[in-house]
Amino acid sequence: MTVPNYNDISVGAQIPSLKLPAINRTTLALYAGASGDHNPIHIDIDFARKARQPDVFAHGMLSAAYLGRLLTNWVPQAQIRELSMRFTGITQLGHEPACSGIVTEKFEANGEKRVRLAIRCTNQYGEDKLVGEAVVALA
Amino acid sequence: MADKSLIGRQTTQGSVEVEKGKLRFFAKAIGETNPLYSDLAAAKDEGHPSLPIPPTFLMPLLSEMRGDIQGLMKVLEWDLGRILHAEQAFVYHQMVYAGDVLSAETHIVDVYEKKGGALQFVVQETKVTNQHGEHVADVRNSLVHRS
Repeated sequence: MTVPNYNDISVGAQIPSLKLPAINRTTLALYAGASGDHNPIHIDIDFARKARQPDVFAHGMLSAAYLGRLLTNWVPQAQIRELSMRFTGITQLGHEPACSGIVTEKFEANGEKRVRLAIRCTNQYGEDKLVGEAVVALA
Repeated sequence: MADKSLIGRQTTQGSVEVEKGKLRFFAKAIGETNPLYSDLAAAKDEGHPSLPIPPTFLMPLLSEMRGDIQGLMKVLEWDLGRILHAEQAFVYHQMVYAGDVLSAETHIVDVYEKKGGALQFVVQETKVTNQHGEHVADVRNSLVHRS
């Protein structure tokens, strides 16, 4: 990992994006087990239909974890100060999450140099699913 | 109607040990291929005392402390099939590693509604500390119930 440097980063810069394979039932079963989020809406089609959903759908926190990977692919995790997101759409089976980030602000806080990023996770059709923000410290 | 009397209510209090096996399973589930998150030797090579928890793994740890979500559904008088995650935020103060024992307290900090009550929101905040009493993170979570 080449760690980015504060002085070399400009507002508007894109960080390396992260593309994921299509979400399938195995992805959701694994995430349910690994995260302890056993809400049947994500793994049991009978439950989902009773809740008037066409099918099971992805955990919001699965895509949140992909946003986490977007950041840790870019900087060592110890430099991440904040990570926040709004869940703006449901990620359905077959969706291919794509995470991206853009620098929106450079500033100093708590005696260190930081950048603010606008981050998002879309599907392969460009529809926003998660929209958020991250603050990262850079040397 | 959004029940404002729930504001201030403690919904979880507990502690949990961060386990390496769970971190490896989580890394697999999120497609994490960086060995730092699953291979102890790789983590130590990079100067970490053990496997670090990925940025969003605080949520699984908090769920483990909370136990079954049905308890919370009962308090809120909500139906599990009608909830969605609305917002999630983490503020990080320190890294957390396998072997750490985290303690947390979660409180309801806001309850409100939109669309004439068709959407009910509950916002919870959690302060997370480690076994040394150090404040490691703050977590904010907003759930929405669709009637």
